[in-house]
Amino acid sequence: MSAPAPALELRGLVMEYTRGNPVLRGIDLSVGTEGLTAIIGPSGTGKSTLIRCINRLVDPTAGQILFEGKDLARLGGEALRHARRRIGMVFQEYNLVERLSVMENVLSGRLGYVSPWKAWMRRYPQADVDRAFELLDIVGLAAFPNQRADSLSGGQRQRVGIARAVMQQPQLLLADEPTSSLDPKTSVEIMELMRELGRSQGIPVIVNMHDVELARRFADRIVGMSGGRIVFDGPPSALTDEHLKQIYGGEGWLH
Amino acid sequence: MSGPGARAFPVNWWMRAGWIALAVYVVYAASRLEFTWARFVVGLGNGARFLERMFPPAIAQPDSLATGLLESLQIALLASFLGIVIALPVGLLASRNLMPVWATWPARVAIALCRSFHPVIVAILFVKAVGFGAMAGILALMVASVGFIGKLFAEAIEEISLKQVEAVRATGASFANVITYGVLPQVFTRFIGFATYQLDSNLRNSTMVGIVGAGGIGGTLFSAFQRFDYDFVAAILLSIIAMIMVGEVLAGWVRGVFLEKGKVDAE
Amino acid sequence: MPSSGTGAMAAREPAAARAWRRFTPAQRLARFTVYLVLVAALVWSARTVEIIPEFLYDAPEQMRDLLQRMWPIDFRHYPEGVHDALVDTLHIASLGTILAVLMALPVGVLAARNVVPFAPVNYLAKLVLVSSRSVNSLVWALLFVAVFGPGAIAGTLAIAFRSIGFVGKLLGEALEESNSGTIEALKATGAPWLSVLAKGYWPQVQPAFWSIVLFRWDINVRESAVLGLVGAGGIGMALDTALNLFQWNRVATVLFAIFSVVVVAEIVVTQVRKRIL
Repeated sequence: MSAPAPALELRGLVMEYTRGNPVLRGIDLSVGTEGLTAIIGPSGTGKSTLIRCINRLVDPTAGQILFEGKDLARLGGEALRHARRRIGMVFQEYNLVERLSVMENVLSGRLGYVSPWKAWMRRYPQADVDRAFELLDIVGLAAFPNQRADSLSGGQRQRVGIARAVMQQPQLLLADEPTSSLDPKTSVEIMELMRELGRSQGIPVIVNMHDVELARRFADRIVGMSGGRIVFDGPPSALTDEHLKQIYGGEGWLH
Repeated sequence: MSGPGARAFPVNWWMRAGWIALAVYVVYAASRLEFTWARFVVGLGNGARFLERMFPPAIAQPDSLATGLLESLQIALLASFLGIVIALPVGLLASRNLMPVWATWPARVAIALCRSFHPVIVAILFVKAVGFGAMAGILALMVASVGFIGKLFAEAIEEISLKQVEAVRATGASFANVITYGVLPQVFTRFIGFATYQLDSNLRNSTMVGIVGAGGIGGTLFSAFQRFDYDFVAAILLSIIAMIMVGEVLAGWVRGVFLEKGKVDAE
Repeated sequence: MPSSGTGAMAAREPAAARAWRRFTPAQRLARFTVYLVLVAALVWSARTVEIIPEFLYDAPEQMRDLLQRMWPIDFRHYPEGVHDALVDTLHIASLGTILAVLMALPVGVLAARNVVPFAPVNYLAKLVLVSSRSVNSLVWALLFVAVFGPGAIAGTLAIAFRSIGFVGKLLGEALEESNSGTIEALKATGAPWLSVLAKGYWPQVQPAFWSIVLFRWDINVRESAVLGLVGAGGIGMALDTALNLFQWNRVATVLFAIFSVVVVAEIVVTQVRKRIL
């Protein structure tokens, strides 16, 4: 019996911000259709660049990004927008529209599916509205639909961010350091939420993080990066201190 | 609570009322001003003919154009200079955190008076007082400058941190030195911002005070209009725009030289 | 072993006089150049501008004469001569501002580098905005009077066209200062450009937008008052008539009316700002 096709496959991904100075030096990664994958590594090693390349917030210099039968690296315009609809993203700084209400922010996850006119007039389909209320329940913000986003705490804002991403009914959930601005307790809650939603929606979750313990606790798979390359790929149980030293410590020229 | 079919957004009645009121006002005011579609269409026809006559622009009287532009430039420079020179002490006198009431009150009244009237009106009055020509323009724009710079300078001083002033005073510095070392460094950035803004504004205004006889290219423009010399009008307008654009660029350079960052928070 | 005192001393180089320079040489040169150019320009202006000294000496006398003629203010003239024109002026200012906002919105958006990242379009939009600002409202009024004839249409359009530059420039700047993270998030959901504009940029610039519009309306009330001097409607026409007929008492009435309206407008604007912004 052949293994099911991966949800996302990166082949030879290279990204240089300046010529001759690649941040990503050829990444090959295959992500299955379920489970939470944590990407760890020191700052500047390209974790954020990697995640942002997947939905093309950053354009890779070379390589392929295979998702739902298309190479995202080649897409542009409307095709890219359609592809992005299928990928939800959670950000470190939450990136909500501060002056709008929680409900508006969650519904903005459907902006890829609703015409600009309807979005402006706030005429979302009732099915979307119902689903938004459901999601608010799931993330624990049922009491706050009409509150302005900037009146919420950091943890609450991130929940809105997660609800927005899941609202897209995506096939893949990305998270770029989602807990780096949160306190330890809230971080755990947010990770739990993302893992749960990943399972209940049946979609893979890829999370960028710098907290190794958090990664060990919640990830099904850990990918360790160093110097723009993947140097570890396996379950948390296989992550030894040797590996950590390889990822985080040591001189760059050793590798 | 929120079952299926619940509303996503509470209805904001105030906003709806506001937009409706606005729409009603527009219709009302337009009718009061006798805007009819017919007049507008006729006007568009005129406009097309007008544009035809304006292009290509022709410099019918190059001497007149050159002297007019130069005079406008001179008016702007002198008015700004005199305005700044007067506005600095007056603005200082008007700042309520540094000065006693018997100084701030007259100063603030003076500044408010300077700002009350449109420069054109002030220009008309000065034309009556000192005759036609650049002098009236300079005085009129000087008054406008004192009003603008005086107000902003006083506001800037009122917003400074008094702790810095206190610290300088504690060294036993004279009043002048307290101003120089405690007050001025804090307001300098904003001062450069609104001084360059006012110079730019004076340059714009100096191009129109001539319409009422106060010197500058406005006079040339007005007489070209009266002679129906529309292609000359076009040339004059283009040169005014060019002069002001150059002025904006130069003002930007000056700000760049004196300030750390390029952009300043001007009104 | 004799302790070598010179060891410790040798560690310090002979101290060259280290002057404290506030600015780098390049900065000093730049500042000096600016001062020089400014002073030269002023001196040239002062020497070449035409001032007739006799008029200057005569000025205080003339001003006193003028003020005497304007007193007492002819209030009886107000109802028939001034009131309607004053109301017209307010309408011109308001309609002109509304029209300007409608026209300035697209241009301001096109001028913002982050919203529309095409440099030629940005430049063109900024050019339109600069041109609008460089032509004085009085000059716009002259143009529109020539096209549409004397009256309030010319005045309203003059106010509108002048204000486009102001509103558009400040709107463009507000857009360029909006939070890029928020916009990135909306793009990541696959939202079309217009939706990003409506749901991402607009909520962020909304407060600044209303502040700008209010500010410009205030300025436009002042501007509208003088447009009548060239025939573009409003109270300026009453002023023009009174000036031409040398009816200084009535001139005073008109000036007083203008002054009052401007003060009222300022109060209105301050109150609205406090409540809404």
